[in-house]
Amino acid sequence: MVLLGVGGVSKMRVTKDLVAASATPMVLGILAKGESYGYAILKQVSELSGGELEWTDGLLYPLLHRLERLGYVESTWHTAPSGRRRKYYRITEQGRAELASQRQQWTTVVDALKGIWHTTGSLRPVIAGRLEG
Amino acid sequence: MVAIDGDKDLESQIAEWRSYVRRRSAVHEVDGEELEDHLRSMVGELTAAGLRPDEAFLVAVKRMGSLDELSREFAREHSDRLWKQLVLAGSPDAGTPATASSRSDLLVMALCTAAAVAAVKIPVAFGYGFDDEGTFYARNLSLLVLPPLAAYFAWRRRVRPGVVAVLALLFALGAVGANAYPLGDDAQSTVLTALHLPLALWLVVGVAYVAGDWRSSRRRMDFVRFTGEWSVYYVLIALGGGVLTGVTVGTFQAIGIDASNFVESWLVPCGAAGAVVVAAWLVEAKQSVIENMAPVLTRVFTPLFTAVLLAFLVAVLWTRTAIDVERDVLILFDLLLVVVLGLLLYAISARDPVAPPTIFDRLQLALVVSALAIDVLVLLEIAGRIAEWGSTPNKVAALGLNVILLANLAWSAWLFAQLIRHRAPFTPLERWQTGYLAVYAAWAWAVVLVLPPLFDFA
Repeated sequence: MVLLGVGGVSKMRVTKDLVAASATPMVLGILAKGESYGYAILKQVSELSGGELEWTDGLLYPLLHRLERLGYVESTWHTAPSGRRRKYYRITEQGRAELASQRQQWTTVVDALKGIWHTTGSLRPVIAGRLEG
Repeated sequence: MVAIDGDKDLESQIAEWRSYVRRRSAVHEVDGEELEDHLRSMVGELTAAGLRPDEAFLVAVKRMGSLDELSREFAREHSDRLWKQLVLAGSPDAGTPATASSRSDLLVMALCTAAAVAAVKIPVAFGYGFDDEGTFYARNLSLLVLPPLAAYFAWRRRVRPGVVAVLALLFALGAVGANAYPLGDDAQSTVLTALHLPLALWLVVGVAYVAGDWRSSRRRMDFVRFTGEWSVYYVLIALGGGVLTGVTVGTFQAIGIDASNFVESWLVPCGAAGAVVVAAWLVEAKQSVIENMAPVLTRVFTPLFTAVLLAFLVAVLWTRTAIDVERDVLILFDLLLVVVLGLLLYAISARDPVAPPTIFDRLQLALVVSALAIDVLVLLEIAGRIAEWGSTPNKVAALGLNVILLANLAWSAWLFAQLIRHRAPFTPLERWQTGYLAVYAAWAWAVVLVLPPLFDFA
């Protein structure tokens, strides 16, 4: 499920697979706070991750369409005061359920990883050094 | 001034980018709009941060990702879009002006279909059954179902009143030809009228199809293309209708109700009449959506027919057997020529006029020449017998058709040979075929109107 690729952004810190895996809960989580549209969602992702997490912009849309097909979000076109139309996405009940389930899974993973970091804390710099080199 | 130029520049750049997006079949118009909105938001933010519009545009496009990747992801999510769908009512881009016109088109189509269905059923109320008074329907069927089709095109093409008058006049002439002569039910001329009037009237529909612009060779070729696609759709609808008929009869039989009467007098005649207009509407609606089928079939069958005809010729020459000239043999070989002509016509209809001659053109030439050779053999065999049999309407009609087709194919073969030897362009071949439509029309009308009195309504 490589929905979000690396694209041409060189600043990428998080690996492609991890970006792809976290994309759905992130989008659903942002939409859970209220209706939004593609560009605003991307901006929020960028802000929340402090610019560390950047997606290839265009690829957000196939993901949104996929979530719509699965029934997790609904979309409507609104006309902006400027006359341009903009597509807004809203989370559905099904989407909230999916978000809750994904959140549980991520919590499990993060908790487990935290446990591991805690026990192997002293090794971290070595691994980091190896990865960077 | 610089800022205005910059804006203008930006607009044209965005328009260009949008046109690239539009070419991707997996990305629909609305998706393009959504992506453009994103692009504009990004450009707006970057220019607000101090970038020049063209720089902002470049950055925004770069961040959007490559179009290839984008369209691949869209295709992965919307794999159905690679199968071009014929949308029945309203386009996917809701709210565009196309929706209103396609809706009224649907309405007029429904009205014309209803008219065709009613036209087929109304004579029953006046005592003309499908079985007992068979020749009424045999003679008049095309007169009943084709005027609604012509009306549909007359509406769709906004045909001038003058042309409408011509159409009405020609249909009236057809009605006279089919019904004014004192033809017996078992007369040969009745059968000939039943066969030739549909052709004559189909070409009248052609006049409506080309909106009265029947002198234009290109428009005539459009009508030829339409005819091919219409036939394909009609056959497909007929196959579906066959299944529906079978299911209807079978299921009602299971509960002890005999539905065959309903099927015979309602389902089949109404379905067949309605399908005439519906098939035409489908062709109109989908002509830019789906690949034309008739030329594809032509591609498949041209080599096969060529092989069979050549094998037949070799067999005739090898065994030195004279072709068994039965009375019906002319009809058979007329049919053969019609098939060859159809293959030729639909290959021509799909050919790029400026493309250089290809191997397929040579194959076409081989097909035409072998058909001609066989037909000449048949005509030679038959020539002596014609005097012996005496002339009847059937023979005159069959022989006349044969001569007409022979003349067409002989000249086509000549033009093909010129084309292959780079002596002439492709256009004369196309013009020859489209021009020849007038000959078919003249012949069909002659058989309907002139032949019966010539043979004392035999």
